[in-house]
Order: sequence, then structure tokens, then C-alpha cells
Amino acid sequence: MGKTLFDKIWESHVITERDDGTALLFIDRHLVHDATAQAFDQLKAEGKKVRRPDLTFGMADHYIATHHEPDRDPVHDNMVTTLAENARDQNIMSFGAGDERQGIVHVAGPELGLTLPGTLLVCGDSHTSTHGALGALAFGIGASEVAHVLATQTLWQKRPRSMHIRIDGELGPYVTAKDLILTIIGTIGANGGAGHVIEYSGKVIDELSIESRLTLCNMSIEAGARAGMIAPDETTFAYLNGKPFAPQGELFERAVSAWRELKSDADAQHDKEVTIEARAIAPTVTWGNSPETALPITGHIPALEEIELNKREQYNATIEYMGLEPGEKLTTLIVDRVFIGSCTNSRLEDLREAAKIAKLGKAKVPTFVVPGSQQVRRQAEQEGLHEIFLQAGFEWREPGCSMCVAMNGDSVPAGARCASTSNRNFAGRQGPGSRTHLMSPAMAAAAAITGHLTDVRELEGTKC
Amino acid sequence: MLAFTEHRGLVLRLPWENIDTDQIIPARYLHRPRDAGYGDQLFHDLRFTPDGKLRVGFPLNDPTKAESSILVAGKNFGCGSSREHAVWALLDYGFRVAIAPDFGDIFFNNSLKNGLLAIRMDEQSIESLMQVEGDSTILSVDLPHQSITNRDGLSLSFEIDSYRKEALLKGESEVQMTFRLLDEIKEFEARHITENPWIETS
Repeated sequence: MGKTLFDKIWESHVITERDDGTALLFIDRHLVHDATAQAFDQLKAEGKKVRRPDLTFGMADHYIATHHEPDRDPVHDNMVTTLAENARDQNIMSFGAGDERQGIVHVAGPELGLTLPGTLLVCGDSHTSTHGALGALAFGIGASEVAHVLATQTLWQKRPRSMHIRIDGELGPYVTAKDLILTIIGTIGANGGAGHVIEYSGKVIDELSIESRLTLCNMSIEAGARAGMIAPDETTFAYLNGKPFAPQGELFERAVSAWRELKSDADAQHDKEVTIEARAIAPTVTWGNSPETALPITGHIPALEEIELNKREQYNATIEYMGLEPGEKLTTLIVDRVFIGSCTNSRLEDLREAAKIAKLGKAKVPTFVVPGSQQVRRQAEQEGLHEIFLQAGFEWREPGCSMCVAMNGDSVPAGARCASTSNRNFAGRQGPGSRTHLMSPAMAAAAAITGHLTDVRELEGTKC
Repeated sequence: MLAFTEHRGLVLRLPWENIDTDQIIPARYLHRPRDAGYGDQLFHDLRFTPDGKLRVGFPLNDPTKAESSILVAGKNFGCGSSREHAVWALLDYGFRVAIAPDFGDIFFNNSLKNGLLAIRMDEQSIESLMQVEGDSTILSVDLPHQSITNRDGLSLSFEIDSYRKEALLKGESEVQMTFRLLDEIKEFEARHITENPWIETS
């Protein structure tokens, strides 16, 4: 029987295996960030040093400031400084405040060429699934596992199962990778991928840019999956060619010929198969406190009668927390804030899509645009995207995780409703009492200029 | 890590689905060092109102449940962020066992690496644990025998990987265990990098 893409990468990293199927895996790339301080403390407590500092890279993103704030909490800057100190002590290359390569680890990693096909990449952050877009096996780990990788460059893992999601048809106008992944999560559920690695394929995937593939794989974790992956193809190789940390010249050619073998064999069997029809997908938003509450923007908040009996208590709590009327149309929801950013949707392509809509009006509510990296910021400014945002009354900020996880001081006030391009709508995620609706960059920009959730396809100026 | 053999304690039932790690401990508390402890922040925004009062109706705020140490939760408990602080907050509060139909994968791994015994159980067994009342809510969890019992004759068995079981029983550091395999690691590493030289960037 043939092997899946996942099988091939997993098996090429197994150092040894225990009787119960737990494998010791070699780690090719370990990314650490400024919310990893406790793992370095654990490493010191074990009396160990970083075993392969040359395969370990640091990035300041969770706590970093996204604009100059005189009254900033020193605790946040201290976390950024602690990463720099740990990196210096352990001889790790780290991209911190002021570095032109700094950015959100899942945005800057791929754009620097740190993420390569066929590699096993880990990071102490659940959205590490992002990197699978380049044909890597990449997943998030906890602090104890980070300390273990720092000390040994290996990790014990139980082999996950594999799930294949094939996407047929094509995406309609203003329907993006974000709408696709929200629809997938709405279809299979927030634990639909639990214990699995998802491989995405199909005509829609073949035609997606790398940036869109990164968005898709990023939110695999929101379906409960360990990782998302896409077999590398010519689009991948073209993207990697010339990236600073990717192999260069003859070595790049050698790597590409090896990477061409990285695809599931025709007779490979996945443990689960799912098919999604792309033509049926509309711009999608979430209404509740789990990403699985995804609905087409043309829909309405579910009424109590539509909810299974044993889920009604939790439904009622969600309706109250989110300040919703059962049965109301999604497009009637008034927003107080808009956030365009995060490791899901802060790349150049995302900012271009948002700028197209920003051109059509003026922000009715405070709107943050936070580029995913210094490189994205520079490119966007070269294209004049920042001018478009500023003219529309949007705030143009410095790169970081910002209001997605609200750990650096950027947050949504209690009770405020935020249209957000981030990945989690959990209660309190964007700040205590915040109410988050997830959507694509174009949809978030549309909400900014209308002041309510809006079907971007209905805006004057976007009709096809 | 904390070793685990047997534990006897009171059940706390949290029947909701998809309780994410942001609910277990909000992001704004994550910067504290490990030895500062996270027990006070456990389920912070579910337990407390914005002005710091206890939220009526949250199960842990029932005075008869404050001493609970065995959590029984709905499906996908601990989904979301990889923050190990979620496990530390549960342990620091006093929990030693978490039982659910399934868990967020990263949370599950984090639990077992810290001595919080995370147990996956079928929904029917979970339902039986959700129904116990009064003194019967005191359970005995026995790792060597992989069993959960109470005084009324409830008897459930659970599965756990042999390697994880052994690690919990010993409470030994995984890093030190792995270092015993250093020669094997080095041999693999040399071959792997020769075959894939682009892994080394410099």
C-alpha cells in the first residue's frame, strides 16, 4: 500500500519507537517566541543547554508593542527582553524588536525560508500548523515539550491518524481561504480533526497562492487537528527560491528534486476522507465562542429550537455573552471595533484585499491594521497600501500578534463587538468581555466602513 | 514532574463542550514565572465577575465543590492555545485528574508531562460520572489498575499508553530519560543531515 505525505515525513524522522507506538522524532526546525520564557526556565532546571542552537530560531511576537505607547506595561517589554537574553545565553539567532526580519513567527518563518518542505518543525504555539502549507510537518507543542526539544532536538510523539480533505469546484468572488477553512471547521466541528493530521488537496488547493495555503493550514488546529499539510508543488518551489534561509543555487535544485517526491501515493489510504464543494461557500463569519459556529454571512443567529436539547444551556450562555438576539440576521450586527491582522490573515495578499475595500469608504469604528511582519509592512508601504488605510481612517501599526491574543496591551473593550481576521472567537480572547466575529480581511474591511457585519459582495463597488 | 499512582478525591462536573485553554487561564496571566503559581487564575473569567466577585452558577463556586480534585468535562476539553499554564493552573488549584470524551491534543500531552492524569473515556462512562450524587462523587482513581471506583460500586476502566503510564508512575523527567538515548540520536542526526543537507542553514 502507498504512503501518504504525512507517512513519508513522519517515517523519515523516527529515531526510535516504543512498543506502544510512541516515536522519538528528530526536529529539523524549532521556533521559539517571547511567550516561551517558562520553557527556558525548565531547561535551566534540567541543567541542560540548547543542543542545536543552529536549528533553533527566536521571534518576538506575542508581547511586542504595535505602536509607541508611553504608558505601556513594563511586564510586556520584559517578556520581549527575556527572549533576547535567553537567545543570547544559548547562542540562538533571534529576531526581536527593531530587527527588520521580525514578525509573527508563523508569518516571518515561511517568508524567511525557515520553513522547508519535508521538514519537521515545531513551536510552542498551537498555530504552528500554518507551516504545513509548504509541505512541512509542523505542529504546536507545550512548554515541557519545548524544553525537551531545546535540550535534545527530539520529541516523543504518538503517531496521529491522517485525514484527507479534498476541495472540489472553485471559490466564488470574495470567497477566500479564510471562508474555506471556517466552512471546513463548521462542517467537521471544533474537534473533527482531533488526533489527526489533515492533508488538503484538490483543484482549489492547486490554484491557491502560498499565502492562502498558509491561512488554510493555520486554522487546522481550530478543527482540533495536530497539523494541516499541502503537498509542495511548483508554486511552493517558486515561493522558496531565493528566500534567505532556504538552500541556494545547486543545493536548492537538489532539494527541489527531493521535495518533488513529497506527495501522497495514488494508492495511499487516509484514515478519514472529507469532500468539500467550494462553489457552495459564501463569505463566512462566526457568531459564537467556538470557530465551529461558522455560518454564511447570508444566514442568521440560530434560534433555540435549532439547538440540540443537551447543548441549550451552553447556547444560552453564548447568546448572553455575545449579546445576540436568537434568529437575527448576521448582517444586522453592529460592530464597535475591527482588527485586520494575526498569523491567519496579516500577509501582503490579505492587506491588498482589505485595501481594495478600504478604498470604498471611511472607517465608522476604530480599525487596526497590523501587518504580520516587518517585511509585509515594508512591501505594503512600497505599494502605498498604508496610505489607503490611513485615508480610510484605519490605524496602520507595527507587526505582532496584537489584538488576536491581547497579550501586548492591544485589546477589545468589555462588551465591544469586533469584526476580526484572527483565528479564535473564544470568550475573552481579545480582552475580558470581548465579542469576536471571525471573517476574511475583505469582510472585516467591509464591516469597518459600514459599521455592521456586511456581505462584501453587496457593497457598492464590489459587484461583479 | 509529579508522580501519580492513586488518587481519591471529589468530582467537579463541567458538562460544556469545547472549553478552551483561554477559559482555563486567560492570556493576561501567562507572563508569571512557574513558581508564582496559577491556582488563583484557574477558570478566572468563568469564576469571577469583572469586579472580582464570585460568579453564581459556576460549578467551582459551589462551596461544597471548592475542594474538588477530579474534573469531568465535555468533549474537546482544553482545545485551542498550547499554553501549558492551563495544566499548571489545574494542578496548582489541586486537580490531579481530568476526564473527558476527548481533549485538545496539545493539552492532553501537556497534562501527562506534568502529572495531571488526563483520561479519555467513552460518552456513556462520562454520563455515568455526570450523574453521581452526594458521597458517591468521591472517586478513587487507580493508575496501576487503570480503574475508577466509588463506594456505591461504580467501576470503570480506562486506557493509557504503557510508556505514559510508566512515566507517570515514576514521575521521572523525560529529558533525562531521552538523554540515555543520546548515541542513537546522534547517529540518526548525522545520517539525516547528510541526506537532507539543506536543514543546516549556515
